[in-house]
Amino acid sequence: MSKIAEGLLYSGSHEWVKVEGDMAVIGISDFAQKSMGNIVYVDMPDEDDEVVKDEEFGAVESVKAASDLYSPVSGTVVEKNAALDDDPGLLNQDPYANWIIKVRMSDPAETGSLMDSAAYGEFLEKQA
Amino acid sequence: MKYYDKLIFELSKEGRTGFSLPENTWPETADNIPDGLKRSGYPDLPQVSEPDVVRHYVNLSNMNFGVDTGFYPLGSCTMKYNPKINEETARHPGFANLHPLQPDETVQGALQIYSELSDWLCSLTGMAAFTLNPFAGAHGELTGLMIMRSYHMSRGDFKRTRIIVPDSAHGTNPASAAVCGLEVVQVRSTPQGVIDIDDLRPLLDDTVAGIMMTNPNTLGLFETEIREIEASVHAAGGLLYYDGANMNALLGKVRPGDMGFDIMHLNLHKTFSTPHGGGGPGAGPVGVAARLEHLLPSPVVGKSPETGKLRTETRTQGAGRISGFMGNFGVLMKAYTYILSLGNENVRKTGPFSVLAANYVKESLKDRYKLPVESLCKHEFVFDGLREANAGDPDREVTTLDVAKRLLDYGFHAPTIYFPLLFHQSIMIEPTETESIETLDAFIGAMRTIADEAVSDPDLLRSAPHNTPVRRPDETRAATHPKLKY
Amino acid sequence: MGFAYFPHTDEDIRTMLGRIGLESMDGLYSDVPEDMIFKGDFEIPDAMSEMEIRRRFSELAAKNVGLSVFCGAGAYDHYSPSVVQAIVSRPEFLTSYTPYQAEVSQGTLRYIFEFQSMMAGLTGMDCSNASMYDGPTSAAESVMMSVNCTRKKSRVLLSGTLLPQVIEVVKTYCKFHGITVTEIPYKDGCTDLEAVRTELQAGDVAGVLVPGINRFGIIEDLTGYADAVHAAKALLIVYSDPSALAVIRTPGEWGADIACGDAQTLGIPLNFGGPYLGFLCCRQEFVRKLPGRIVGETVDADGKRCYVLTLQAREQHIRREKATSNICSNQSLMALYVTVYLSLMGPQGMKKVNDLSYGGAHYLHAELLKTGLFREAFGKPFLKEFVLHSKLPVERLQKALLDVGIFGALSCGGDLVSFCVTENRTKEEIDRVVSAVIRCHIDRCRDIVNANLK
Repeated sequence: MSKIAEGLLYSGSHEWVKVEGDMAVIGISDFAQKSMGNIVYVDMPDEDDEVVKDEEFGAVESVKAASDLYSPVSGTVVEKNAALDDDPGLLNQDPYANWIIKVRMSDPAETGSLMDSAAYGEFLEKQA
Repeated sequence: MKYYDKLIFELSKEGRTGFSLPENTWPETADNIPDGLKRSGYPDLPQVSEPDVVRHYVNLSNMNFGVDTGFYPLGSCTMKYNPKINEETARHPGFANLHPLQPDETVQGALQIYSELSDWLCSLTGMAAFTLNPFAGAHGELTGLMIMRSYHMSRGDFKRTRIIVPDSAHGTNPASAAVCGLEVVQVRSTPQGVIDIDDLRPLLDDTVAGIMMTNPNTLGLFETEIREIEASVHAAGGLLYYDGANMNALLGKVRPGDMGFDIMHLNLHKTFSTPHGGGGPGAGPVGVAARLEHLLPSPVVGKSPETGKLRTETRTQGAGRISGFMGNFGVLMKAYTYILSLGNENVRKTGPFSVLAANYVKESLKDRYKLPVESLCKHEFVFDGLREANAGDPDREVTTLDVAKRLLDYGFHAPTIYFPLLFHQSIMIEPTETESIETLDAFIGAMRTIADEAVSDPDLLRSAPHNTPVRRPDETRAATHPKLKY
Repeated sequence: MGFAYFPHTDEDIRTMLGRIGLESMDGLYSDVPEDMIFKGDFEIPDAMSEMEIRRRFSELAAKNVGLSVFCGAGAYDHYSPSVVQAIVSRPEFLTSYTPYQAEVSQGTLRYIFEFQSMMAGLTGMDCSNASMYDGPTSAAESVMMSVNCTRKKSRVLLSGTLLPQVIEVVKTYCKFHGITVTEIPYKDGCTDLEAVRTELQAGDVAGVLVPGINRFGIIEDLTGYADAVHAAKALLIVYSDPSALAVIRTPGEWGADIACGDAQTLGIPLNFGGPYLGFLCCRQEFVRKLPGRIVGETVDADGKRCYVLTLQAREQHIRREKATSNICSNQSLMALYVTVYLSLMGPQGMKKVNDLSYGGAHYLHAELLKTGLFREAFGKPFLKEFVLHSKLPVERLQKALLDVGIFGALSCGGDLVSFCVTENRTKEEIDRVVSAVIRCHIDRCRDIVNANLK
């Protein structure tokens, strides 16, 4: 069973979002990290890059797989998690404590289309 | 095979040399290059003697498994025997010292090999013309797709930018399409493992440039609906591309041209037994139907109408130039030699013997390994893992990777694993026509023993291999903190 | 009649068919529509024995003319030591596949790791891949890589002083890949930096490809390129002859982001154009965008040092249409040629190869000018290849050289001809070039006199 952290919003492509004012902290869910296996690299956008909701903003790679990351919101990247450059395995250890990017949202209302933890739980069950 | 733990750099000692060059009697040396254009300091290369070098690389070779070492049933790779006469002819001094830009009249022998090999490949495949310039299978695919796009564009049809690729296809197909600027559309396979024609039909509109197919497909199954597929794609204005990765199954028996394909590539390192060389050099000649001949990349070999002599020509309408010169000529010489050895008599037996071997192994193992599609196969087939794999028990479960690694202990190379992606535990086996029944039986025996061990002693498999120069490498470590040079 | 490569006896065939449950070999193709089975004769020769094949090759070779090579233009007649051929002929290397099963491929993996180390060292770059097909395709891959590394830009600049085949191949790839190519004109035989600066101002340039040594043999002074290119957030790509990099300033020293070129000059015979070997090196920050195979160091389950194919998430078998390239092999055996060659040569050998080539080329250059039949073209520094204006008609000059067994004076447009001298050329051969040139001039004068007399 995959863990689902409470209080976060989730996308269908298994990214989570924590909303702090107009800032969105973005990571990947426990389900996503488990299906990847050992993560060896996280391809992240640079600060000041624009991200667009539902469009690719990076990728996570394991030895034998790669999975694109899709932004759950639109906006400007204000920070990327540099710790992941040295130790991408942090995403395996605790996917909710280790975020990937922080985005200043251009349209916070976009989060309305994301799932809460209960809805995401149902979503995962339906997928299984 | 014996482990040997040195890098050539670690043998280096200041002042040792391994070269043999004449004394320098010229008045000037490279020291006269102006300072601003000069390298600062010497490059960091090893300083070793000639015997050091020879022993080092012979020791390295002892850690390698080749077709000459033993059976190599790597699916979709056609690891057949590589005749030694091919190596001898390819090194002929009358060719080895030819400069690629020498005047045509001084390279008539080389041009004859190029021209005759093209003609022979045409006859063997039913295509109208071949370019031998592409360097590898993937390069051939790219070249073929460039020809496909050039064809549509030359007719003023610019909206055909999508290409249909089966979900069972090798990853190279979509990658080549993307490099060529085409958008990939997947078509599904039926539960029987062949293209689902009902899924295909609605995809065929006026934006489709064509379809890429292997036949037999990556499951080793002949696409029985090929006539129907051919008619539908052509009716929609698309072209059919034949990926020659699996041509060995059909060699001497069925020709892609007769199946209605417009463009194809061959892998000479597979079907025509030029060795794989540890991953290259290969050669990926591309054949086309007559109406596409003018689109072949330059240079091409033609004949002077006045003198009858062979000559290199440039095509202005063609797809363009895709190689520095005329392809991997040394590899072409090996394929040329192989066809001379086979001749008409034996080329007819190539495909049938490869199919015989594959079906023999399949029938001998299907009681112990899952066969997803029960059917006559062609030159290769796919199992979906062991029948008894202790599935669901995380401490005892045996995967395809474990089976493959255990095979190494028994002195066989592993089959292709985890491809095609249609199954979770794919084991793809291609025995080829050059293996004897005794070798096949020994392999079958090892595979059956492994199936027994999976039940009796799963840890033995899960920790395999045990008898190889090194054991399972830590790939996560390699990819997380890449160390890519000494 | 039996055939040496097929081990099947009649009994074997019966046994195998029996296991499959078939009566005859024809049954193996019962899934193929009957009208697709080929029943005619192939237009290929009848089977030949080894003796016949040897004779055939002797006959074919007799149709070629062996020449003393004074031409480069992307393929160079350097000496290849006897050890190289001996090692690359080892069947353990020759008949293996791509090293997917690392446990039984440490030989291949280890020499590729050594190759990567040596190429990184020669080019002055951080890392190298396991090799590409040839120089021109490595240039095309470099250009696509620069577009990949600089999001949303899709124009590249190519120097007009690159070898013509490099320009053509890059243009072919770019045409289909949707990259706009702008060719930079040359001035005094070198890439025009001012023209590069002007083009960069548009802000849409992803990469700038320039040669270290250009098609005229000139060692280009790339001062100022890296700053200009990087200021425009583009990548600098330098195309090099890696043999020359033992003595000339490296792509790394020029501040390049990507280095590419053809490593045929490192121990690979001319072989009528192939197989050769492309190389592709880059700075560390771009390694995950580098196309092709890459070998990395790690440890095995027992903690022993070993090598594996790594960073595979870039590659086509995982990424499919999103891969960094469609390439799914390298020219592995050719990388072994280079690795063995460089091991033998070492830093001193590489210096000497360049000294001998430089010395011979500058001797020929001086002797040709002394004849008065040539005129200096650009007067820029060169290593082993140079161009001159010929006062003799180019075709006649080439013919006169061919008549004495020399391939040289390659046409570079108009009255420009190029010559190349490697360590493989002796003083006697070089003097033969000069006397053939003089003889050509005398013959021509005689023809003119005769024509006038008539």
